[in-house]
Amino acid sequence: MAPPDQPPDHPPAHLAFRDVTGVRGGRDLFTGLTFTLAAGEAALVTGPNGAGKSSLLRIAAGLLAPAAGAVDAARCALMAEATALDGGLRLSAALAFWAALDGVPEPAARVAEALAATGLTAFAGVPVRLLSTGQRRRAVLARVVASGAPLWLLDEPANGLDTASLALLEELLAAHRARGGIALVATHSAIRLPDARTIAL
Amino acid sequence: MSALARLIARDLRLAWSGGGMVNPVAFFLLVAILFPFAIGPDAVLLARVGGGVIWTAALLAALLPVERLIGPDAEAGVFDQLSVRGFSMSGVATARMLAHWLAFAPPLMLAAVVAAGLLGLPGATLGRVELGLLIGTPGLAALAVATSALIAGLRGAGALAGLLMLPLAVPLLIFGGGALDPAAGAGALKLLGAVSLVLVAGAPFVAGAAMRVAME
Repeated sequence: MAPPDQPPDHPPAHLAFRDVTGVRGGRDLFTGLTFTLAAGEAALVTGPNGAGKSSLLRIAAGLLAPAAGAVDAARCALMAEATALDGGLRLSAALAFWAALDGVPEPAARVAEALAATGLTAFAGVPVRLLSTGQRRRAVLARVVASGAPLWLLDEPANGLDTASLALLEELLAAHRARGGIALVATHSAIRLPDARTIAL
Repeated sequence: MSALARLIARDLRLAWSGGGMVNPVAFFLLVAILFPFAIGPDAVLLARVGGGVIWTAALLAALLPVERLIGPDAEAGVFDQLSVRGFSMSGVATARMLAHWLAFAPPLMLAAVVAAGLLGLPGATLGRVELGLLIGTPGLAALAVATSALIAGLRGAGALAGLLMLPLAVPLLIFGGGALDPAAGAGALKLLGAVSLVLVAGAPFVAGAAMRVAME
């Protein structure tokens, strides 16, 4: 067991893929993928269903080993389809559990800030199982915001979000990059990410 | 609070939420009550087989929570998020094992007192049952977590759990039952301890490997 002991906010952000091959179910998804992202940069991963967008993000997160090549990534926060929030807990408590594991100072305050940033302050006391799909997606986004991780890996972050929430997501991404963070966003919908590189699979 | 303690606290809360551990304990008592109905009200006979009945009932009760020890969290992406935060899956499995034992063993040992009363066990036998359960339940908890990790996400996981776990729990049953013998019980108790230790030492790695494979 290696409890996270990195300082939450400040290590320089970086993400580097070198000749990475992604394989799923014995089938090559992509080969020889090479790119680097430095502080403040972002990339959109695009491609049709099943092209390997999620696998690319899972490789970047270290959940999936690349079949070939090397990945070098800063501490990351992953927004995936699965929420990993305890349905029986109040939203603030469910997020505080993860913020505490992230090792951020004053997790409760961080969670409150993240809830405000995602427009969920009014739902802080509501059990997670009572939240709507879009609210849950925003809650998962709030966990990413609260983590203070320099590298954000967002898998279809726009799914289930209404127009206002999508604008919120774009603002949060811009603020994260302004602080020197990196974002890797897999999506098939239009997310405004100025000067972002596109990785087409 | 350390990260491990946080995980254990969460697992304990989940184990108890919604009356989680009430069912296995009620099931355990029910099995213990069924035996006198089947065997008949012969106090001498019941006192003789009662210890074994309690062990069998404990084994069956240990099976009930297996399906939801690992599967629901794997599906909800909890292990992905823990892995991203640098936790090893063996460590997570160890935490779960500890939490499961804490949630499962004390209520079971309390219920064993009630079962002993229902079966008319003498005090000395009850003492040996409780000592055996104290030594054997960690092994049972380890086996439950390992089994749960292996069957997570499979169809018919509940039925598979019994087929996988009960044969592996037979040594616990043999030595747990053997430890009830007033004359030769000490040796069986040591072997029970040995089996339990092997299970506790091995289960986190088995469960951790299964959880990692499921992640890919």
